[in-house]
Amino acid sequence: MRPKLLGYPPDGGRSSAAAETGLAAASPVSPAIAVRGLAKVYQTNAGDTVHAVSHMDFDVDAKEFVSIVGPSGCGKTTVLRILAGLVGGYSGSVSIGGRVVHGPTPEIGVVFQDANLMPWRTVLANVMLPGEVLRLSRNECRERALALLKLVGLEGFENKLPRELSGGMRQRAAIARALVHNPKILLMDEPFGALDAMTRDTMNLELARIAVESGKTVFLITHSISEAVFLSDRVLVMSSRPGRIIETIRVRNQRPRGLDVIATPRFSEMVLHIRHLLEGEGAPASTVTLAH
Amino acid sequence: MTLQIELPIVERERGSLMSRVTVPDWMLTTLLIASVIGLCQGLIVTGVVSKYVMPLPSSIPISLWELVKSGVLFDNALTTLMEAVSGFAIAAVLGLTLGALIAEFRMFERVFYPYIVALQTMPKIALAPVLLVWFGFGPGSKIAVAAVISLFPILVNTIAGLKSCDSGRLDVLRALGASRWDCFRMVRLPNSLPFVFSGLSTASMFALIGAIVGEFVGANKGLGYLIVQANSQMNIPQVFAIVLVLALLGIAAFGIIEFCRRRFLYWMSEE
Repeated sequence: MRPKLLGYPPDGGRSSAAAETGLAAASPVSPAIAVRGLAKVYQTNAGDTVHAVSHMDFDVDAKEFVSIVGPSGCGKTTVLRILAGLVGGYSGSVSIGGRVVHGPTPEIGVVFQDANLMPWRTVLANVMLPGEVLRLSRNECRERALALLKLVGLEGFENKLPRELSGGMRQRAAIARALVHNPKILLMDEPFGALDAMTRDTMNLELARIAVESGKTVFLITHSISEAVFLSDRVLVMSSRPGRIIETIRVRNQRPRGLDVIATPRFSEMVLHIRHLLEGEGAPASTVTLAH
Repeated sequence: MTLQIELPIVERERGSLMSRVTVPDWMLTTLLIASVIGLCQGLIVTGVVSKYVMPLPSSIPISLWELVKSGVLFDNALTTLMEAVSGFAIAAVLGLTLGALIAEFRMFERVFYPYIVALQTMPKIALAPVLLVWFGFGPGSKIAVAAVISLFPILVNTIAGLKSCDSGRLDVLRALGASRWDCFRMVRLPNSLPFVFSGLSTASMFALIGAIVGEFVGANKGLGYLIVQANSQMNIPQVFAIVLVLALLGIAAFGIIEFCRRRFLYWMSEE
């Protein structure tokens, strides 16, 4: 399955080998995501200025899994929306695959807080939506969508409508949709925030597997420290108002990890360390959730 | 240690006589209409109400049969139906197009929206006499009245539907760099359909009202014209027979729209 998933040229025309070497040659050393001196100031309707993000610098390497944790309202979502090209008017520079971001790019797949499926489309048609927008070959797109639905464990649900699915299944479909045009980078904004704890654990295991199997660069935003530590190569800890990175934690274990790492003392230490970092910033304890 | 809690037992209230006796709804509905008809018949037969004011219920089917037999009913019903359907079709095309332009383009919104708000509160049926002057004595003026009054529910609902679009779903397309047209046809338009159909449903009733009122104002054909004729001859049973036919036309129109709604909005969860 893996070569099939990777072998999907984003332009739908060139052969997979040409697409991969071509992109690799274009950016031999540049990281998947490079953020330099990023700052975003909002103007509220009342006329106040809000410093959502100030002076952020970070890189995400190709195939790396990086999470951002931070209290509510620390500007995490703003960072993700800037990376996705959905928010402009910021200072500093953001590059994706070595190219400066000027708007949305098909090199990125986004999974939002809500699944945001189109209720009038079947699961398969929802997953194929990016293919229609990007004018990719219908047959190839369909084949890929079916393979991805299998990957996220939704085989047999292709012709169901979103209302017939549970919350977790909808979010799986949204992940498949974000991958269908074979983006290099997957941006996820608290994708499992609305799910119950049990489903969330299952989804984290699935995500860990999918991230490795599909070979994507993943940038995840989450509230849950343990989720971040469990899934990531690196965890960026953000402070609130104005949002900036206060520490970067590297998790060296091989991915994907089994749930048993959660029970290890090192894991608890890391989680506790991040929690202290966040609390030191004056974040109310309730905004930091520990799953275990 | 086991925690023991005892919850107070709430005794179920004993149902009243009404809730314990179960009668099927359709029986009550039939009973109601039967007793209303019976009461009318009784009041008129006993002379409490003059039969020139209120027809004997039993005389309505007879009158209806006469209209059917002579072919007068079919001919005039067809005229009215044609006027209402034409008016509705014009209103639907205009309402959907104009609604989409207003919802999508700021310029159209700024130019048209104030007038739409102003016109919406105006009883547009009052234009019927003027429209007769403008569009003539024939079906044209009736189509115009039907179109004018059924335009607004479609227009207003189309605008509301297109504007109510969930920004999360739009973000999915925007993140792919989708064009404005793709956003419209893939998200906004299907998203607006529940609103559009409620507008079409109201408009179908309005179109029938428009055609009838247009015929009241001045016509030589149609069910509205027949009503005015029968009324002037104090043929009250015939008036009621025609009203009955109009009711059936209204129900049919509603049924057709409802059928289409179910076909297009298969994805909405049933209430």
